[in-house]
Amino acid sequence: MKTLAELQAIRDSMKDKVSLREGMSGMRVVVGMATCGIAAGARPVLSAFVEEVSNQGLGDKATVTQTGCIGICQYEPVVEIFEAGKEKVTYVKMTADKARRVVEEHIKNGKVVTEYTIGAAQN
Amino acid sequence: MKELSLNILDIAKNSVKAEATRIDISIIEENGVRTLTIADDGCGMSPEFLSRVTDPFTTTRTTRPVGMGLPLLKLAAEQAEGDMTIRSQQGEGHGTTVTATFRIDHLDCVPVGDVASTMAALIQGSPEIDFVFTYRTAAGEKFLSTIEMREILGDVPLDTPEVLMWVTESLNEPFTNET
Repeated sequence: MKTLAELQAIRDSMKDKVSLREGMSGMRVVVGMATCGIAAGARPVLSAFVEEVSNQGLGDKATVTQTGCIGICQYEPVVEIFEAGKEKVTYVKMTADKARRVVEEHIKNGKVVTEYTIGAAQN
Repeated sequence: MKELSLNILDIAKNSVKAEATRIDISIIEENGVRTLTIADDGCGMSPEFLSRVTDPFTTTRTTRPVGMGLPLLKLAAEQAEGDMTIRSQQGEGHGTTVTATFRIDHLDCVPVGDVASTMAALIQGSPEIDFVFTYRTAAGEKFLSTIEMREILGDVPLDTPEVLMWVTESLNEPFTNET
């Protein structure tokens, strides 16, 4: 049974880490979560990014955020990755499995998963 | 939408957009009827906007002139012999309450689905907003309040991954009869 006491334990373990998270995130992962995205399966994609970024200890490197409709509803679930000094990467028709691979290859190792990008989908 | 929890995620985002500071979400099942209520203290809608808000060609999005969120919830309710009502107030006492009912035993009643993931996604997306979630059935109750969580967590943000995992796990626990 989950209890509020466990939150206290999380708080205690976070005490030193909280200040570190501020301002250190280089990459921004943006998941489209409007009606179109949600209906197409964006929720498990979001969960997979949040979990995998945390599991791989990449919290300092990437921040996962949500946005509304990106405007290309036919390609949902859509995920955009922004990084300073680099061109935006748009991943389309995402799934939780694809999200885990993007975390591993793109966020962790800096290599864009080209086959999942909108460029590949349009060809 | 395949499950009600996805409608909840979608509709609660309207409350976020209305700059709510608190959103109360409840699913109450009694006498064979499931009642979903999403109530916020956001800016509310004008009577004119409210009158056309279930029209799919009404939306606040700027990317295209179609908004399917409320029409889809209305459809889900009506196909299970229920209905959807919206109350909204601007100015003093501002806020919006969306209520949808469903006959649970109706063949076309969508399942409630993964409410744990929905609450985690809402909190992750808007860690500054307070969410109070209640899910009550004959088997007991599930309850989550970010107000309560914040008291314990202090400075630790609600969108910390460990906290989000706690949210998911605690809502995936079976119903309890504690009060």
